[in-house]
Amino acid sequence: MGQITLENVTKSFGDTDVIPPLNLTIEDGEFCVFVGPSGCGKSTLLRLIAGLEDLTSGTIRIDDQDASQVPPAKRGLAMVFQSYALYPHMSVRKNIAFPMRMANIPQDEQNRRIEAAAKALNLTDYLDRRPGQLSGGQRQRVAIGRAIVREPAAFLFDEPLSNLDAALRVGMRLEISELHERLKTTMIYVTHDQVEAMTMADKIVVLRAGHIEQVGSPLELYRQPNNRFVAGFIGSPKMNFVTGAEAEKLGADSIGVRPEHIDIADDGPWRGTVGIAEHLGSDTFLHVHDTGLADTLTVRAKGEVGLRHGDPVTLAPQESQVHRFDAAGARLG
Amino acid sequence: MATQQSRSAARLMMAPAVVLLLGWMLIPLTMTLWFSFRRYLPLRGGDLGWTGFDNYVRFFTSSAFWPSVQTTLILVGGVLVITVVLGILLALLLDQPMWGQGAVRVLVIAPFFVMPTVSALVWKNMFMDPVNGLFSHLWRAVGAEPVAFLSDVPLGSLIVIISWQWLPFATLILLTAVQSLDNEQMEAAEMDGASVLSRFRHLVLPHLSRAITIVILIQTIFLLSIFAEIFVTTGGAFDTRTLTYLIYQRVLESQNVGLGSAGGVYAIILANIVAIFLMRIVGKNLDR
Amino acid sequence: MARAVTPKQKAINTGLAWTIGLLIFFPILWTILTSFKTEAEAIASPPVFLNFSWTLENYAIVQERSDYLRFLWNSVIIAGGSTILGVIIAVPAAWSMAFVPSRRTKDILLWMLSTKMLPAVGVLYPIYLIFIQLGLLDSRIGLVVILMLINLPIIVWMLYTYFREIPGEILEAARMDGAGLREEILYVLTPMAVPGIASTVLLSFILAWNEAFWTLNLTAANAAPLTAFIASYSSPEGLFYAKLSAASTMAIAPILILGWFSQKQLVRGLTFGAVK
Repeated sequence: MGQITLENVTKSFGDTDVIPPLNLTIEDGEFCVFVGPSGCGKSTLLRLIAGLEDLTSGTIRIDDQDASQVPPAKRGLAMVFQSYALYPHMSVRKNIAFPMRMANIPQDEQNRRIEAAAKALNLTDYLDRRPGQLSGGQRQRVAIGRAIVREPAAFLFDEPLSNLDAALRVGMRLEISELHERLKTTMIYVTHDQVEAMTMADKIVVLRAGHIEQVGSPLELYRQPNNRFVAGFIGSPKMNFVTGAEAEKLGADSIGVRPEHIDIADDGPWRGTVGIAEHLGSDTFLHVHDTGLADTLTVRAKGEVGLRHGDPVTLAPQESQVHRFDAAGARLG
Repeated sequence: MATQQSRSAARLMMAPAVVLLLGWMLIPLTMTLWFSFRRYLPLRGGDLGWTGFDNYVRFFTSSAFWPSVQTTLILVGGVLVITVVLGILLALLLDQPMWGQGAVRVLVIAPFFVMPTVSALVWKNMFMDPVNGLFSHLWRAVGAEPVAFLSDVPLGSLIVIISWQWLPFATLILLTAVQSLDNEQMEAAEMDGASVLSRFRHLVLPHLSRAITIVILIQTIFLLSIFAEIFVTTGGAFDTRTLTYLIYQRVLESQNVGLGSAGGVYAIILANIVAIFLMRIVGKNLDR
Repeated sequence: MARAVTPKQKAINTGLAWTIGLLIFFPILWTILTSFKTEAEAIASPPVFLNFSWTLENYAIVQERSDYLRFLWNSVIIAGGSTILGVIIAVPAAWSMAFVPSRRTKDILLWMLSTKMLPAVGVLYPIYLIFIQLGLLDSRIGLVVILMLINLPIIVWMLYTYFREIPGEILEAARMDGAGLREEILYVLTPMAVPGIASTVLLSFILAWNEAFWTLNLTAANAAPLTAFIASYSSPEGLFYAKLSAASTMAIAPILILGWFSQKQLVRGLTFGAVK
């Protein structure tokens, strides 16, 4: 079991409110991602759940038990840190065993769990090494192994992949997703990378300045962003925003179109000049200037497109995919 | 990461150190201040009552005061110049590739670990003695008249002894700083056609400036209270009476505690002026 | 910034550095050599370098005449005691400042540092008086306390810089893993902090061993450590070079060896972490 409920949770450091009153429920077995720009309070929120920070006010319930005053060790949660936080003076085996040792789990049970975790995480050959002798990816796996063996009510991940290089990150992303499929344990995952959020989450919580901007499944956020902030944050490359006459025509203060929802069409209403064209093979990203709409419009065209720097281009937004926002940035319609 | 519980535990754990140092600072300091305003001669009548600023004026206007300030300045200044200049050169040399680098480092650092009384005595007797000292042998070997270093050039001799003790310290710290110099930066400057000298002047020296400042400040604080070296070589004779030594003589030798305490207050103020600069640098470093 | 050079340049560097190194080391070397000479050889003109009849008699005479071992024992007790006491007091303080920093932490650290800058001579008489009152004059316990106090800021600082390098996340991980404060300190913090504590102990011991203001002014016959023992050679016994050298060699040898182990940590300890 691992349902986590936050009720009117607030956190202030001195005079600054990091988290204004916040309510959120994370269902048992859910993979929930907190995403937002740095300084949005997502890590603080995770640390509040972990018990590493005191609540200023409000209640945190784990499986309907008030856990607000429970010390971190007693909450039954496991955490994977950004820096991995492995104990450098202990072997991999001892690192993984540490939480069980603290919980006085019998030695043979400890060994059984260690072997199982090591097998699942491909660490069997490294059990007697020190963390310093491992690569980044391996260290990350040890940290996950240390979390798994506790059989926690929920896993907390604090930007676990940000210290890995790009290729490894993709691999570990898949491994964590697979782990979730296998264990079906609640996972709360903090990241600033919207790609991680989109690919892994059952539920994404978008945060800005401690506020929840929107909660929903990845595709809900993609299709129906509540406001300009979410619209701009979810999706890559970023959504194009257009203000002025073109927006007013649609009765909005600003409109947003994702790069993949702009077609190159000879009869399109928008004209411009191709700046940089990024040819990826599967897609071509065009950065279009001089449209009179925005500084740059990013266009994602399927496959290989023969346009080059300086070529004129006409563009057509897919009308059904145009998002409209009011002056405050909230979604219209 | 702090929770309420860990914060109160932290305060409790800091308490012994804070309380002890507070006592160590406040109790003697208050007493020194108290004595400095009193006429206090332990062997000649004891505590003879308040005298206002009399001690301060007397200490300041005594014939020994200005010479002692001058001696202090020459001593501290001389040692600083020698250790910093030689320290930079030595640090740059030790940073170069060579065989047996570790061993040379060990040789260079050794004097720092020699206790002050030993180094003062060894220099005084075995090197600077006008009859049997090694230097007098050397002088005679080249046909010169041996010099009685500690009575003819007492202050210069002391500067040599103390510089020998502190050169390792300066070298070690400057070497650490030199080693953190960015190699690519130096190569870029070389590509840009900068000569060895201009690289030293425009890259190395600015890079070292912080370390140099720290060496100067820390050494100044230690050098201002140099005691044992004077105590066992000249005993304060022959114009080697520094401010510290003068105060020591007033307090323990002539047992004029009031006068000595007033001098002590001057010394504390002097040390604090240097300390403020040092603390600024160290404090800035803490913010990172 | 070390970089590749030609073998010729490397040879020049080596020659130059060794010459200067030996020159700087020479007074120590000369002292050690002289300690094995007879008094006559010690003042021979021209001086003899290696071709003398090596003898250990000076060491025997020094011990016999002045009970060297008693001074050595005092030095060990005073330096060791002040170091142990200082570390016991400093570890919790540095721990809390490094891991539970508050707004005042920086001020407290700088203030501790400032007590180190207090010129000893400025408080000589008050301490002298307090020692007389408490019967601590010429006692080892008195010096243990004084030397602990003057080195405490350095010990706290050094430990603080070491502790600060231990990532806070590791301690949080331990807390998440179910470790209480006791287990956290015992199983995680202490093993990680041991190397730093060891270097701190070493530096504190060296500084206390060589301290020569309080040890000279607050001791007489009973508690005098090696600094005072050597100072007693000031005259006229100082003219017996071989014995002076033997006594000096014995006084500096232990610390010279310890010092060579601690040269890297020395920089950190003496610059309060300002130069790395």
